[in-house]
Amino acid sequence: MTKMTRMTVEQAIHQALREEMRRDSSVLLMGEGSATKQRDLVADFGAERVRNTPLAEAIVAGTAVGAAASGLRPVIDLLFAPFMAYAMDALVNSAGKLRYLSGGQFQFPLVAMGMTGSGWCVGGQHNHNLEAMFVHAPGLKVVMPSEPADFKGLLKAAIRDDNPVLFFTDLGLLYQEGEVPDAEDFIVPIGKAAVRRAGGDVTLVGYAKTVAVCMQAASQLEAHGIAAEVIDLRSLKPLDEDTVLGSVRKTGRLVVVHEASGLCGIAAELAALAATKAFSALRAPVLRLTGPDAPAASSWVLEQAAVPKPEAVLEAVLDLVAGSRRDEAAGKSRAHDQDSRAHHDQLAGLAA
Amino acid sequence: MPEENRAAFHRLETMLLIRAYEHQLVELQRTGAPGTCTSVGQEACAVGVVEALDARDRIVTNHRSAGHLIARGAEPRRLMAEVLGRVDGYCGGRSGSLHISAKELGVVLTSTIVGGELSMAPGVALAQKMGAGNSEPGGIVAVFFGDGAACEGIFHEALNLAVQWQLPLLFVCENNQWQAFVHRLETMPDKAISAWARGHGLPVDSVDGNDVDAVHAAAARAVAHIRATGGPAFLELSTYRQRGHYEPDDQAYVDSAELQAWLQRDPIRMQGERLTAKGLIDAAGLAALELRVRETIATALDFAQASAWPTPDTLLEHVYA
Repeated sequence: MTKMTRMTVEQAIHQALREEMRRDSSVLLMGEGSATKQRDLVADFGAERVRNTPLAEAIVAGTAVGAAASGLRPVIDLLFAPFMAYAMDALVNSAGKLRYLSGGQFQFPLVAMGMTGSGWCVGGQHNHNLEAMFVHAPGLKVVMPSEPADFKGLLKAAIRDDNPVLFFTDLGLLYQEGEVPDAEDFIVPIGKAAVRRAGGDVTLVGYAKTVAVCMQAASQLEAHGIAAEVIDLRSLKPLDEDTVLGSVRKTGRLVVVHEASGLCGIAAELAALAATKAFSALRAPVLRLTGPDAPAASSWVLEQAAVPKPEAVLEAVLDLVAGSRRDEAAGKSRAHDQDSRAHHDQLAGLAA
Repeated sequence: MPEENRAAFHRLETMLLIRAYEHQLVELQRTGAPGTCTSVGQEACAVGVVEALDARDRIVTNHRSAGHLIARGAEPRRLMAEVLGRVDGYCGGRSGSLHISAKELGVVLTSTIVGGELSMAPGVALAQKMGAGNSEPGGIVAVFFGDGAACEGIFHEALNLAVQWQLPLLFVCENNQWQAFVHRLETMPDKAISAWARGHGLPVDSVDGNDVDAVHAAAARAVAHIRATGGPAFLELSTYRQRGHYEPDDQAYVDSAELQAWLQRDPIRMQGERLTAKGLIDAAGLAALELRVRETIATALDFAQASAWPTPDTLLEHVYA
C-alpha cells in the first residue's frame, strides 16, 4: 500500500519542490522571498539554485523564460496571481509563442506559481481568479489543484513538463490538510481530471476550492434522492474533455462551479463542450455558478457574497432536476427550456 | 594582406551584404511580400559587435535583426525564405521577418515585443553562468535593443538584475533616434540612455554607432571585461534608422535635414572612404564587392522563391513541446 503522510497544501508544495530539486540539478527556484522563506532549500541546493529576486515580476518571469530555453528548469513564485499581469509579456508573448514562432527550436520548461482566491479578505489586487486568461494563451498549460496530494503530484509533473505551466494555488486551501503519498515518483498527470464522487443524476464540475463546494452539495443532494457525480478538473489546460463528456453522457445534466468570473470562463467552455459534443445526452440546460464580473471585495461579507456556496449549488440542482423531470414527464422538448431556470446562470452570491 | 586590413574589408563586405539584403526585402514588399523592419543605416552596430563575440556566445535580438543574423553568419537565402514564409526559413516560415532566431548560430529568443529581448536576456546569461544546457565556460550573451526599449520599465529591471546577479551580459543599445513613429527626443532627455545605465553601476561606453571600427573596438573591450569579471557591461551606439519604422513607411514625419546629415555619415560610406583613404580599395574594387553581394542576394531570392510553402496540416506543429 502506498505510504502516506498527512500534510498541508503548503507542505505538499514544499515537498514537491524539494524532491524535484534533488532529482534534477537543472531545477531552479526564484521569487520574491523564495530563499528567505525556504532556508532549508538554500542549505541543501545552494544559493545559486534558490534565489530571492527583486520585486519585479516582469524580469523574474522573463529571466525564467530565457533560462528555460537555455537548459534550466526554473520555478518562479510570483506570490499573488494578479501580480502575473506584470509577467504577462514574458509568459504569454515569449514562453507561449516563441517555441512555435521559432519552428520548434526552443522549449520552455518553466513553472509560474501564483496564489489567488477568497478567504483572506485581501481584495481584488491579491485575489483575482484570472486563470482563464492564461487558458486563452496558446502554448501554456494551466493547473489549479484542490487537495494536498494533487498539489504535490501536479507540481512535480509541471516541473518535469517541457512546456510552461501556470500553477495556481487557491489561498483558501493553503493550510488544508490531506494524505499525500511519500513516493518520490508520485506524479499526477497534467490534463487528467479526477472523479471525486460517482453519481448518475447530475454532473458537478469544480476546481480548486469549489470542488469541496460541489462535494458538500452532493452530500446534501443525496438526502433529496439525487446522486451527483463530482469532477475535480485539476488541470484547466489541457482540459480533460473525455472525463467531463463521459459523465455528462451518463447524467444528462451539467453544473459547473468556479470562483472565477463567468464571462468567457472555464464554465462557458465546458457548456460549449457539452452542447457541441454531448447535446443529445443533455436533459437540461448547462448551469454555471461562478463569481461575478466584479473585482473581489475585501469586506468578508462582500467577498463571500461573490463566492459560489454549497447552498446555491443545492438549490440550483434541485431546480434543474425538478424542471427537467417535469419537462420529460410532460414530453416537452428541450428546446423550451424554462427561462425561470436561467436565473441560476448568474453570480452565485445573488443566486444563493 | 595584413589581418587588420582583412578585417576592415570583411566588415565592409558584411555591411554591404546586410544592406543589399534589406534593399531586396524592400523591393519584395513593393510587390506584395510582408513588410519588414529594416536595419538600413545600422549595419555597423551589428557587424562591429557580432565580430567581437565568439562561438560560445549567445545573441538575443529584436524585430530589426537582419544585421545581427547576417553578421553572425546566417545565410541570406534561409532568412529570405523565412520572410517569405517558406519551409526552408530558419523557423520553417512561422516567424516571418519579425522574430527570426537561429539556435544553430547562437541567435536565440528573438522577440519583436520591444523590451521582450531585455526581459529574456538575463535568463540566457544566467544559464551561461551556471553552465546549463549546452553552454560553454566563459560564454556571454549580447542583447540588442533600441532607444525605444530603453523607455520600457523592463530596461531598468534587466540592468538591475544583471548587476545584482553579476550576469555575463552585454547590453547593446542601438540608439537609432526613432521609436516607431516618435523621435526619441520627444520621449527622453538627450543623454538619457547612458546616464540611466550608469545609474545601475556597470561599465558604460558610448560610441559612434556608424563607425564600424569604433563599434568593434568598444565591443571587444566590453566583451573582455565581461569575460574577466563575469559581470555585465553596457554599450550605447549612436546611429540612425535611415528607413521607416517598417515597410512601407513614407517617413513624412522625418526631419529631412537630420536624415541628410546622417546619410552623410552612412556607415558603409564611412568604411568605404576609410579603406579608400588607406589605399586599400578603389572605385573598381568597391564596385566588385557590391556586385558580389548583389549576386549572393539574387541567388538567395531564387532559393527563397523556389522553397515550398508549409502545408496547412502542419499548422499546429510546435505549439507544445
